[in-house]
Amino acid sequence: MNDFHVAQTSGVLPVLLPLAERMTRAALRERAMGSPTLRLDSSHGVALVVAFLCGCGITQAQSQAADPSIFTTLWKWTPLLARGFVFNLAISFMAMAIGTIAGLFLGFAQISLLPPVKKGAFFATHFFRNAPWLVLLFYCMFLLPFQVTVLGVTIPIPDWTKATLGLALPVMANVSEIVRGAIQSIPTTQWEAATSLAFNRRQTLWMIIFPQCIKRMLPPWMNLYAILTMATVLASIVGVNEMMTLTQRALSAESRPGLLLAFYSYVLLWFFLYCYPIARWTVRLEARYAVNQ
Amino acid sequence: MPEANSEPIVALRDVHQSFGDVEVLKGVSFGVAKGGVVCIIGPSGSGKSTLLRCINGLVPIKSGSIRVADFEVHNLRTDQEKIALRKEVSMVFQQYNLFPHKTALENVMMAPIYVLKEDPKEVRERAIALLTKVGLAAKQDTYPGELSGGQQQRVAIARSLAMRPEVMLFDEVTAALDPETVKEVLNTIRELAREGMTCILVTHEMRFARELADEVLFTDGGTIVESGRPAELFDHPRKDRTRAFLSQIL
Repeated sequence: MNDFHVAQTSGVLPVLLPLAERMTRAALRERAMGSPTLRLDSSHGVALVVAFLCGCGITQAQSQAADPSIFTTLWKWTPLLARGFVFNLAISFMAMAIGTIAGLFLGFAQISLLPPVKKGAFFATHFFRNAPWLVLLFYCMFLLPFQVTVLGVTIPIPDWTKATLGLALPVMANVSEIVRGAIQSIPTTQWEAATSLAFNRRQTLWMIIFPQCIKRMLPPWMNLYAILTMATVLASIVGVNEMMTLTQRALSAESRPGLLLAFYSYVLLWFFLYCYPIARWTVRLEARYAVNQ
Repeated sequence: MPEANSEPIVALRDVHQSFGDVEVLKGVSFGVAKGGVVCIIGPSGSGKSTLLRCINGLVPIKSGSIRVADFEVHNLRTDQEKIALRKEVSMVFQQYNLFPHKTALENVMMAPIYVLKEDPKEVRERAIALLTKVGLAAKQDTYPGELSGGQQQRVAIARSLAMRPEVMLFDEVTAALDPETVKEVLNTIRELAREGMTCILVTHEMRFARELADEVLFTDGGTIVESGRPAELFDHPRKDRTRAFLSQIL
């Protein structure tokens, strides 16, 4: 890393060096993790609360004498919004589960010794990883039929299923990269030792390499989950009844323009409260495993 | 050279090997008798480690022949053939390369159970006996990360021995250790050699080589510059290159 660092920063104004160093470190870490990392900390929470309170204040100031207070209004809609949030979580769980299983296969295919398998997996991984999530979501929404008929039985495919599949695709691609990155981060000497003890490739991978990968995969995987959870609101654009959609409905039912800021920062707060512990835990795990290696 | 009356268990003839355009081995030939101890010395980059890796088929060779027991190493094509060879030839590495997610005992037991498909109970007994032999019976449930370098290296030796190999290859096994722990590892190897294990060592421990080796090979630039009994080679080197190297080391 030192050489890399020197090469990256030589010929740069000295005053930029601390920044360059920090950015280099972050870039290396993200490359090792296979995905951009979520660096949430408590100051973000404070900022959010401030934004929320400001929003409430503005709304309150604009409201007329007959209107109920902003907090009463929020409280009234909270059960509905909470139901929407649970739906967001359900979509995130399922998309994560499907994406992880598919991503494991794709990741192993990426290190296959068979060139067609390897190349195909590489292509699929990078295609879905670099495609915008929203575009993938629209593809799934509009390319999948709204019902299928199997042996005379018509099974409807609800929108949320399609949205889940649409979100599972980028998750799959990211998990695939996490798996590949973790496997390749295990020193080749481990392969050498296993080979010299007459383990075959499959045994080496399953008994020696992959068990060592799990620790390394956990932080980026959790990070990916937090990113996915935040992305589930994209499903509102394609008409799934999740928190964002319900917020819009609540706003149009109230028809008080001033509520916008308060409501949306309220939604943000919910997502922050859910993702913040995951992000912190990820950072802790990362630090612990970094020490152990 | 091998003992006159016995067929060498390891025989290399005119072995060539290159990485890209760089020729690392330029025609190496030698033999090791069963139970013999051969030490390979020489400056870094002279192809010593590559040579060991060629012997157990980790690295394919360009031309020449390598025979180990009944295996024509240069002709092994399928994975099964290579695996069969590696059951006979075991290797110990400079950086120990223990499996960090397994305890010392599990490290020793894994290969016999999963590769040789032996009875786990029997393997366990043998593994404990081997750890006792290298003086680490008390550490059997310890993970490699909690062992010192010397202890890790002794576990690595036990792990290799658990495969009941005919030939042991040691690749600078003491180079990464601090001087105090070098001794405990060398003692283990000494004991093995006295028990009649065929050993090929790449080493920088000249005193050890002098004491234990039946033959010492001095390599430089991918060839064997000089070989002979340790007393001859160390005390009366014939080649200038050998003399220069030894004068720097001793």
